[in-house]
Amino acid sequence: MMLLRQTVSRLITTLITLFGVAVIVFVVIRVVPGNPIAMMLPPGATEADIERLKTLYGLDKSIFEQFVIWFGNVLHGDFGTSISTRQPVLSLVLDRLPATLELSIIALVMAVAIGVTLAILGTRFRGRKTEAGIDVANGVGLSVPDFLWGLALILLFGVLWPVFQISGRVSPRLELPFTSQFYLFESVLRLRFDILADLLSHMFMPALALALPLAAIISQLLKQSLKETVNLDYSVLARTKGYSETKVILSEALPNSILPTLTLVGVQFTFLIGGTVIIERLLSYEGLGNMAIDAVINRDLPLIQGIVILFAILFTFVNLAVDMTYAFLNPKLRHA
Amino acid sequence: MLDGRGSIRRRAGARLWLSALWLALFVLAALLAPWISPHDPLAQDLMLGRLPPAWMAGAEPGYWLGTDSLGRDVLSRIIHGARIALIVALIAGTATCLLGSTLGLVAGFYRGWADRLISRLVDIWMAFPPVLFAILLIAVLGTGLTSVILAIVIIDWTRFCRVVRAETLNQSKMDYVHSAKVAGFTRLRTLVAEILPNVLPTIIALLTLEMGIAVIVEAILSFVNLSISTDQPTWGGMIAEGRTSIHQAWWVLVFPLIALFFTVLAFAQFGDGLRERFDPVLR
Amino acid sequence: MSSFLEIRGLSARLAGTGQRLLRSVDISLPAGSVRGLVGESGAGKSMIGKAVLGVLPKAVEIIEGEILLDGQDLQKVSPGERRRLIGAKAALIPQDPLTALNPSRRIGPQITDRLVDILGWTKARAAARALEVLAEVSIPEPERIMRLYPHELSGGMRQRILIASAFAAEPKLIVADEPTTALDVTVQKQILKLISELQARHGTALLFVTHDLGVVSKVCDTLSVLYAGKVVEDTTVERFFAAPQHAYSSALLAATPRHTDPSSSLKPVPREVTDAVAAEVAVDDTTWRPNGGVRG
Repeated sequence: MMLLRQTVSRLITTLITLFGVAVIVFVVIRVVPGNPIAMMLPPGATEADIERLKTLYGLDKSIFEQFVIWFGNVLHGDFGTSISTRQPVLSLVLDRLPATLELSIIALVMAVAIGVTLAILGTRFRGRKTEAGIDVANGVGLSVPDFLWGLALILLFGVLWPVFQISGRVSPRLELPFTSQFYLFESVLRLRFDILADLLSHMFMPALALALPLAAIISQLLKQSLKETVNLDYSVLARTKGYSETKVILSEALPNSILPTLTLVGVQFTFLIGGTVIIERLLSYEGLGNMAIDAVINRDLPLIQGIVILFAILFTFVNLAVDMTYAFLNPKLRHA
Repeated sequence: MLDGRGSIRRRAGARLWLSALWLALFVLAALLAPWISPHDPLAQDLMLGRLPPAWMAGAEPGYWLGTDSLGRDVLSRIIHGARIALIVALIAGTATCLLGSTLGLVAGFYRGWADRLISRLVDIWMAFPPVLFAILLIAVLGTGLTSVILAIVIIDWTRFCRVVRAETLNQSKMDYVHSAKVAGFTRLRTLVAEILPNVLPTIIALLTLEMGIAVIVEAILSFVNLSISTDQPTWGGMIAEGRTSIHQAWWVLVFPLIALFFTVLAFAQFGDGLRERFDPVLR
Repeated sequence: MSSFLEIRGLSARLAGTGQRLLRSVDISLPAGSVRGLVGESGAGKSMIGKAVLGVLPKAVEIIEGEILLDGQDLQKVSPGERRRLIGAKAALIPQDPLTALNPSRRIGPQITDRLVDILGWTKARAAARALEVLAEVSIPEPERIMRLYPHELSGGMRQRILIASAFAAEPKLIVADEPTTALDVTVQKQILKLISELQARHGTALLFVTHDLGVVSKVCDTLSVLYAGKVVEDTTVERFFAAPQHAYSSALLAATPRHTDPSSSLKPVPREVTDAVAAEVAVDDTTWRPNGGVRG
């Protein structure tokens, strides 16, 4: 019951947030100085071209009317037509979304794997040099953003020791038998492990660059929580039962520490997805972010607003999903 | 246990001094750029293109860190690039801090409709990918230093707002705030004279962190060629250029990258170190 | 070699400051008997229980002495062996039932885990044994209870479960660390009775850490009075209540209003007595301060 009421109220705030996002996007694109028509025009356009475009985009109407029309279209999934490719924005954007989603999820998996491992090691060897080393690594990981990690990785694994692909999503020489854009997912389903290996080799650097700052956050928060938990009574009781320190950390402390860490990581995961914009650009990975920067460079406003709104929807739903997962996994909330 | 704490304290001290040292170098380089850089950062000489750093075979004396594809001196460009980075760090960092902290203090102290409005705005802002938001703003505002600074302030005020609001909420529950109310101080005076000093260590740590972030955002915008005019040397612009010739002339990418890496790291560590040293609770 | 637990000349100190926590403690506990460890907080009584179970805080180091569990010196075996030895032969009834059960694990596994992981029982046998001991501590519907999470049960129920869990592996020694302090007065009596009954039925040796002389008079055969990390009196319960030998013991007894009432707790011992005792036990070093440092 409580869970249901929480879900409903959370959905309502999500919708309000998304409406706010729509307003901001509209304001930024239509109201802020800088004539949107001028930006969309190819060089050498005539007065008539300008008038035609104005009518086409409804710019001759009042701002409020413009918003109502625009918002109505957005609600119907009509984001307009891309200026540079003359294709519907929605299909362009949805076509690129899987690449970015796959990259974000692999990055999240890497961040959790690295962060949790470091947190457990730091707790197991607390008060020793290992923990001090992990603290320093966390400090650097937290302070240096994904963009710089991406560049450092390019130097390391692309130039000094060239083992990973430094550009693209998949090698062009490969014949792709796929019917969707979820390459990674499909390659697993179709048991094409050659393609899977190629995809992962392309994904390794962008995903690691995105993962490192989040791994540092997870490691730091989880270690702090684990160190408190291993001194609690139930952990001491487990030790008297004959369990080793490692086992106490893994089966007594970890289940209790992972949940509070997860909620804090939720917001951070949206930052990770946001980081794909520049990381995809850096490593020429053909995802949504790379497309967004191309759209800005090509002055393709319909495409930009489509991408921004899609990202915003993604972010709010990630946050919603994290909150719901938390409520569902917490035994106290579930049974109350 | 006790000596463990001592070593943590020593490590924090070393961190503070090392980052302060790097930031001092950075500020000096930016201030003295025209006098200390060995060459004109814009002078092109195609005869001297892609010279390697001084310790490698084929180097030309005087070009310590080599030259880029147009024969421009990498070291001089890094030193001059520090100027833009410093300007952006100081102005964008401070402006973001002022806007975000003010909204955070107001939301956390006055609560009510102001808090609801500001918190809702923060929620909406958090739904935008910051880098994409910045790029979009630059696309609309046009390139240039002012646009870059404005974009940083517009995308990043929420960082201050969220933390300062939470901290102000905590402080507002404390006894000293209650005493100030009983003593008949005005709300504004309580906020400025009683709460603000206690929130200040957090704000200052965030401010130095934000300065580092501002440098990064500027570099990212330069990297996608949306920052300042192209003839101004910037670290991000150098990195973008180095990225394209990474196999022929790695030094064009590596040295500005190192400068950027340590500057960002130093800003973040300096803030943390300051907070550890001056926060009355932690001390 | 008649005693199941034999502590000889055990001394411990706080790493770093060097503050003495235990001073040459001798305790012997024959199989099947009950010894009370009595003293104010900070006297070192819990520290002894933790040392026996191998869960001393990292900051506490044992300087000298031996702890013999079933004839084996715990200081002389590897940490892994010590752990398994203690896990197989001894168990703890903790102080606070609200914090001693893991909130994110179901009750059942928290009882059976030791049987399966340390003693190598099959899951079915361990589950059957868990049902048996839960019935023994009068838990209704044990099958259902085993599927619940700790927060769904009351403090008294949780303490019963912890007692059942302690007895599940048929240990030869149980350390009860103030097992009734965190409970309501009415529940305290039931729990005390339950521990006493189970101890008698299973013939378990019981080391009962408490600051409550009323509890000692009901449960224990012998007792050790601790002050500032030193055993100042080692005697039987009858002799203690008839005629305490040590000045501190008499003061302790006098400070307990009605020593037959288990709910009564310790009143402060008069200052002149504690000062005198402190002077007596602390001749070898001057670092100890009453109630300073680690909690006993």
